[in-house]
Amino acid sequence: MQIGGAVAPALPPVRLGYGPPTSLAPASGSYPNSGLYGSYPQGQAPPLSQAQGHLGAQPPQRSAPPQASGFTSPASGGPPMPSVTGPLLPGQGFGGPSVSQPNHVSSPPPQALPPGTQMTGPPGPPPPMHSSQQPGYQLQQNGSFGPARGPQPNYGSPYPGAPTFGSQPGPPQPLPPKRLDPDAIPSPQLNELPPQQKTRHRIDPDAIPSPIQVIEDDRNNRGSEPFVTGVRGQVPPLVTTNFLVKDQGNASPRYIRCTSYNIPCTSDMAKQAQVPLAAVIKPLARLPPEEASPYVVDHGESGPLRCNRCKAYMCPFMQFVEGGRRFQCCFCSCINDVPPQYFQHLDHTGKRVDAYDRPELSLGSYEFLATVDYCKNNKFPSPPAFIFMIDVSYNAIRSGLVRLLCEELKSLLDFLPREGGAEESAIRVGFVTYNKVLHFYNVKSSLAQPQMMVVSDVADMFVPLLDGFLVNVSESRAVITSLLDQIPEMFADTRETETVFAPVIQAGMEALKAAECAGKLFLFHTSLPIAEAPGKLKNRDDRKLINTDKEKTLFQPQTGAYQTLAKECVAQGCSVDLFLFPNQYVDVATLSVVPQLTGGSVYKYACFQVENDQERFLSDLRRDVQKVVGFDAVMRVRTSTGIRAVDFFGAFYMSNTTDVELAGLDGDKTVTVEFKHDDRLNEESGALLQCALLYTSCAGQRRLRIHNLALNCCTQLADLYRNCETDTLINYMAKFAYRGVLNSPVKTVRDTLITQCAQILACYRKNCASPSSAGQLILPECMKLLPVYLNCVLKSDVLQPGAEVTTDDRAYVRQLVTSMDVAETNVFFYPRLLPLTKSPIESATEPPAVRASEERLSNGDIYLLENGLNLFLWVGASVQQGVVQSLFSVSSFSQITSGLSVLPVLDNPLSKKVRGLIDSLRAQRSRYMKLIVVKQEDKLEMLFKHFLVEDKSLSGGASYVDFLCHMHKEIRQLLS
Amino acid sequence: MATYLEFIQQNEERDGVRFSWNVWPSSRLEATRMVVPLACLLTPLKERPDLPPVQYEPVLCSRTTCKAILNPLCQVDYRAKLWACNFCFQRNQFPPAYTGISEVNQPAELMPQFSTIEYVIQRGAQSPLIFLYVVDTCLEEDDLQALKESLQMSLSLLPPDALVGLITFGRMVQVHELSCEGISKSYVFRGTKDLTAKQIQDMLGLTKPAMPMQQARPGQPQEQPFVSGRFLQPIHKIDMNLTDLLGELQRDPWPVTQGKRPLRSTGVALSIAVGLLEGTFPNTGARIMLFTGGPPTQGPGMVVGDELKVPIRSWHDIEKDNARFMKKATKHYEMLANRTATNGHCIDIYACALDQTGLLEMKCCANLTGGHMVMGDSFNTSLFKQTFQRIFSKDFNGDFRMAFGATLEVKTSRELKVAGAIGPCVSLNVKGPCVSENELGVGGTSQWKICGLDPTSTLGIYFEVVNQHNAPVPQGGRGAIQFVTQYQHSSTQRRIRVTTIARNWADAQSQLRHIEAAFDQEAAAVLMARLGVFRAESEEGPDVLRWLDRQLIRLCQKFGQYNKEDPTSFRLSDSFSLYPQFMFHLRRSPFLQVFNNSPDESSYYRHHFARQDLTQSLIMIQPILYSYSFQGPPEPVLLDSSSILADRILLMDTFFQIVIYLGETIAQWRKAGYQDMPEYENFKHLLQAPLDDAQEILQARFPMPRYINTEHGGSQARFLLSKVNPSQTHNNLYAWGQETGAPILTDDVSLQVFMDHLKKLAVSSAC
Repeated sequence: MQIGGAVAPALPPVRLGYGPPTSLAPASGSYPNSGLYGSYPQGQAPPLSQAQGHLGAQPPQRSAPPQASGFTSPASGGPPMPSVTGPLLPGQGFGGPSVSQPNHVSSPPPQALPPGTQMTGPPGPPPPMHSSQQPGYQLQQNGSFGPARGPQPNYGSPYPGAPTFGSQPGPPQPLPPKRLDPDAIPSPQLNELPPQQKTRHRIDPDAIPSPIQVIEDDRNNRGSEPFVTGVRGQVPPLVTTNFLVKDQGNASPRYIRCTSYNIPCTSDMAKQAQVPLAAVIKPLARLPPEEASPYVVDHGESGPLRCNRCKAYMCPFMQFVEGGRRFQCCFCSCINDVPPQYFQHLDHTGKRVDAYDRPELSLGSYEFLATVDYCKNNKFPSPPAFIFMIDVSYNAIRSGLVRLLCEELKSLLDFLPREGGAEESAIRVGFVTYNKVLHFYNVKSSLAQPQMMVVSDVADMFVPLLDGFLVNVSESRAVITSLLDQIPEMFADTRETETVFAPVIQAGMEALKAAECAGKLFLFHTSLPIAEAPGKLKNRDDRKLINTDKEKTLFQPQTGAYQTLAKECVAQGCSVDLFLFPNQYVDVATLSVVPQLTGGSVYKYACFQVENDQERFLSDLRRDVQKVVGFDAVMRVRTSTGIRAVDFFGAFYMSNTTDVELAGLDGDKTVTVEFKHDDRLNEESGALLQCALLYTSCAGQRRLRIHNLALNCCTQLADLYRNCETDTLINYMAKFAYRGVLNSPVKTVRDTLITQCAQILACYRKNCASPSSAGQLILPECMKLLPVYLNCVLKSDVLQPGAEVTTDDRAYVRQLVTSMDVAETNVFFYPRLLPLTKSPIESATEPPAVRASEERLSNGDIYLLENGLNLFLWVGASVQQGVVQSLFSVSSFSQITSGLSVLPVLDNPLSKKVRGLIDSLRAQRSRYMKLIVVKQEDKLEMLFKHFLVEDKSLSGGASYVDFLCHMHKEIRQLLS
Repeated sequence: MATYLEFIQQNEERDGVRFSWNVWPSSRLEATRMVVPLACLLTPLKERPDLPPVQYEPVLCSRTTCKAILNPLCQVDYRAKLWACNFCFQRNQFPPAYTGISEVNQPAELMPQFSTIEYVIQRGAQSPLIFLYVVDTCLEEDDLQALKESLQMSLSLLPPDALVGLITFGRMVQVHELSCEGISKSYVFRGTKDLTAKQIQDMLGLTKPAMPMQQARPGQPQEQPFVSGRFLQPIHKIDMNLTDLLGELQRDPWPVTQGKRPLRSTGVALSIAVGLLEGTFPNTGARIMLFTGGPPTQGPGMVVGDELKVPIRSWHDIEKDNARFMKKATKHYEMLANRTATNGHCIDIYACALDQTGLLEMKCCANLTGGHMVMGDSFNTSLFKQTFQRIFSKDFNGDFRMAFGATLEVKTSRELKVAGAIGPCVSLNVKGPCVSENELGVGGTSQWKICGLDPTSTLGIYFEVVNQHNAPVPQGGRGAIQFVTQYQHSSTQRRIRVTTIARNWADAQSQLRHIEAAFDQEAAAVLMARLGVFRAESEEGPDVLRWLDRQLIRLCQKFGQYNKEDPTSFRLSDSFSLYPQFMFHLRRSPFLQVFNNSPDESSYYRHHFARQDLTQSLIMIQPILYSYSFQGPPEPVLLDSSSILADRILLMDTFFQIVIYLGETIAQWRKAGYQDMPEYENFKHLLQAPLDDAQEILQARFPMPRYINTEHGGSQARFLLSKVNPSQTHNNLYAWGQETGAPILTDDVSLQVFMDHLKKLAVSSAC
């Protein structure tokens, strides 16, 4: 990352917390360490009366209540809204602290910046010695800028008897900066250094907004009570908080989350703020068991009641007028007649008296039964089908995949998704194996043995049989079992290494077409399809392209054939789930085109070995097969006049600008929708969203799922900034950026993100924050994590790949993120790091996380790190033997096998707890996370460190602190 | 005269040869004036129980352009151990094995009675016979069932070491792998896509040395590495497998909507069958047996679309150039037929359906490869079942009556050249000194390939006398012809059958009587008919008839005795007397007339006409009519409407049909039930007699004729009425003043009228 800046001052740069030699230096020595958290001697008076939250020492200004979670004061329970607070004025003399300014981070004046150079300095400041005896720190811990709860047992503080791992590299010598050696055994004396001295020249990482703190606060504040959706424009709790939802007229945040719940009335305001207006919609989201799934409403033969003009569906916001004989559309204001059979009287408030009996009049989410008009070819759909298409080339056989898969399918077929209380699944199944040619199987129940039909004409794919290909599992069980028994045998001696790919999808699609149903293909594929056939690919992996203008080609498909194929699949309602087992480059960018456009998923198991990857694969497979899917779906988002859905991100296909076509859609898939103004909005009526999803259920029923959400509108920017949701913003921005890499150089994409973020924050600074010194960084309360999260996006594998990240991995991740929901992007970009041995073993709750930074790790401790895809167990070098023994059943640290993927099952509380925790983490994620045990100072640790996102990354990604400074500089530039 | 008849018959029995002329005009000019060309009907593999094959190889003339085989006509110098080739006069040394040769110790091939001799070649690998079933599954349930049973039955008739393969087709084409256990496996092809042989072999995995898909598991001995193994397997190995597979055959599962024909990919199926054998067993005796129950409706070779409302082409459509798919389809099948012939395989077509099945387009497959063509109404008829069974009949030696991959070579002495052949053969395009520039039939070569033949397969071979008028053949000189047929015997031996014949030359000017007396009018009629049919395949019907008429008139002018312009004076000698009558019936036959026949039927009739021997061919031209009555023993009667009498039972044999016709009175008697009364047992016998005779014919003939039992006034009586000479029609019924016979409602001319015209024209000096 570059920090542009002013001319270097004559003074030797004082080492500051972020980027020592080349980073910020105070201007003209007036404040050698001004504006930096952690550098203030305690007891400094706040520079401004507006400062708030000083343990009550200062009267809160502007009557804003102190941020509850950030205080040791008992003010918790108050609204988490920070007031727009006064900025910290620089120039208050040495130590003039910007303490206790919520949302404000001050930094040295710009002239202190040396010319832009790469920040190469070590990121690791020493963890401050938090303790209650250091009130000065506490004072700074306003809001969520840092840990503010009394003793900080969970992070930062050294483990008793163990010096903090990765602590300060040495005495704060100004020059030359020493590279922080993460593996260095920290010197115990360091901890004895007075904190002032240690942190003199640098930003205290504890002083900058901490994601952990924010998450914890939100959990504590909002986790206890259900979130009731009755009120318009409420910001829901964070995705990391466990909460219940009561649907009282707006869709649950599990279905729709918005970047802002109060949107500007005019496009000018929106342009000024630059806050993207987007909704992340997960139409078929799974709900916790406590929450009821949407009611199904049947409006009979005439179909769901809709506005005649804009075709919006009946919803709680529709206004009934003229005594209930008509209703006015809440989206387009058209007055419609109420059909006689739907008529009902209104009460004195103008509400229909049956409003609470009808889900569509009282709930935010519900379903309509679709009539035949909503079906393809005006015919009710047949039950969908699953087709398993198995690569049986040499690689697949050798790795044991085919045998494993066939064995698993035998039992898995009993768990196909069922609707409601149905006794058996309506879904039919079919089987295809392939290498260079395709083998179809006739598994008709009347046959004694399955029949194999080989189609070699891959250039012109077709389905060789109709009857007996797609069968009901229970009817054909014997034949299917026989088939699955024989497949591994039949190909046991295969030498065929070449495979085809496009013809396989084509075949599955044609099969569904022939059977006149929608469905899903499960492809199990191993290698780059180089056999002569349509969609043949060549190896074009070229790492030299990275950081060039041609880098984007690595993300683009090699050939247009797959797009065409995907289009056909969508038309047929054929969704494709791809399981990849590559040993080398397979061109994920091209292979994932069809899954991506058909609402499918891609799973990748590099160098698959049955012993190592069996559990992960089987678990993913089970989940993928069992999950409830909607087929042949069309999603349409309608909005009130004034805004309009303009852009869509996710795994789907669009043939026009409004309809999102999803060949398949499951409960994990998310569509992010961006809105733009095309007119003024009205503060009074707010803005409404209605997402309608027409789909075929797994029993073959055609349904419409409707989600409604009402948002507030504002004429004051402050209202906008007060109602934003950073996690959702990041979800949008990541998807935006990840799509951007297809067309623009990665650098441009990154710059765009930084600029947009700077603009958002600058706009806030300019319009909402009280005037303050330019040297101060002021962040809106609900966006204070934006910089840290954005930095994580910027340094993610797609936007800034490390040397070990393959082209396929990048394409894979890019593809994954496209359909992630907010919770998934949140943890994906900012992994959860859980200390395992800090909290008492008996405690039932999950231990509080620590920030993803190396300096938070204590070498006497064990940590779990997860980001939704990976799961690491990091073992410090000085972990107590007892702990090692009870977890790994070996006597010492050195005997732990590095890279271990399974913990031994041991009957002791710690082992049980850790394994239980791992299980519960896995249960939370849509993909199985394979465990990797990493030992401190082991080779594998590099891999692990990649996920410590607050630190500087090896690939050049900035540390959190550095990035924050850079962001500050950008903002200042914008403001000046 | 009797001597010539005897001579002809004797020659036919010994050599399987019948010449149109048994004394040959000695100059080109004279020969052309004879009108009927010098030609012969050759039955190369005529059954000769009295001719055991010799177990050595023939001795060839050493002249490379000749290579004629030592025969009884050769001059032999026993002392010098030399023999002179009677075709090129090259003097040849006998091979070492013949050192003991002398006048009294002659090898068989020098004995006059061995003018036809068969050698067994010991060299070369013997490969088993191959039978590839290509089965249509777009059949009605009971049809398919019957077919399956027939096929299963046929497995027991095949030689145990024969290789069999199975291809089924409907909308798709499936090539079944026969070697697998557990899962039955087949390769499926789209029925609409024309594939090259290379593609087919690629897709079947035949091009790679070892497709590792289905190889023996470890521990089991490796199969012999011939790649076709998966599709063609020895019957003794996979008998059960295949029987089960056939048993499980289902009707084509693709739905056929109302008003549509099922989609039938005959063209592609055949193409794949040809490609499969081409890639695996070229030049090995193989039969592709196509069983189809309807017209090809898609893909290359489609004959009609799948819309039922558009009927399949008729002769009318073809004349109007309204048969959309015909040309393309014909081209497709011709291409296949030629490839098949090149590979030495043959294609049988068993087409059983009530409507046409596209035999017109597919005929070349059978015609060019020597395959069978069988047409029936349903697979569930005895016609099909019996006929199919008869394919696998065995001869007196217990060998199958089939031979494969034959090459027929014709060598002539220098006064003669060979002009062409007509029969189930293709040209091998071997030019040589004895090839005429003029072509009659398939010419321009001295060798032909006959991929499949049986003991009755007969070719018409046409010659040209090239000797110039001014270079007369010395008195007593003889012309010689040698037919060399190399073939794969059904026992998989390679054999060579050599027939060497010689005939006297005669100067046509001075010895016309001799030539005339040696005319074989039956052979001539058949040979002329073959020429006519050959022309009819390529030309318009009326032109052929005109050509035939002109030839007849010219023959009558040449050989008739008459006074100019006096029709009543016209006489023909005995050796010509029947010829005009044959021509009359030929003109009316389905071989030249398409009226009342579908294009498929015409193709079918012509197919058989071009390969049957003389006797059968004559029956086809002029059906035989027998009469059964109380007046006397059964007797042949004129094929004339006057033969249809009320108190007679008639039995007509047209080769394709056996018709039993009860006269009016007989029918009434039967209706009254006299045959059941003991006192009228003789009536019962009378009724039974033609049935027994018919059975006899039915049992012997291939293909089995359609059997029709009808009576006076019955609708099926039309089969009889359309054949007899309409001497009595509605026009002249009373003019003749006779009470016998039955009038035929037709405008066709009767034989009498025909003859009157012929006489008039023959004696006229105008033409």
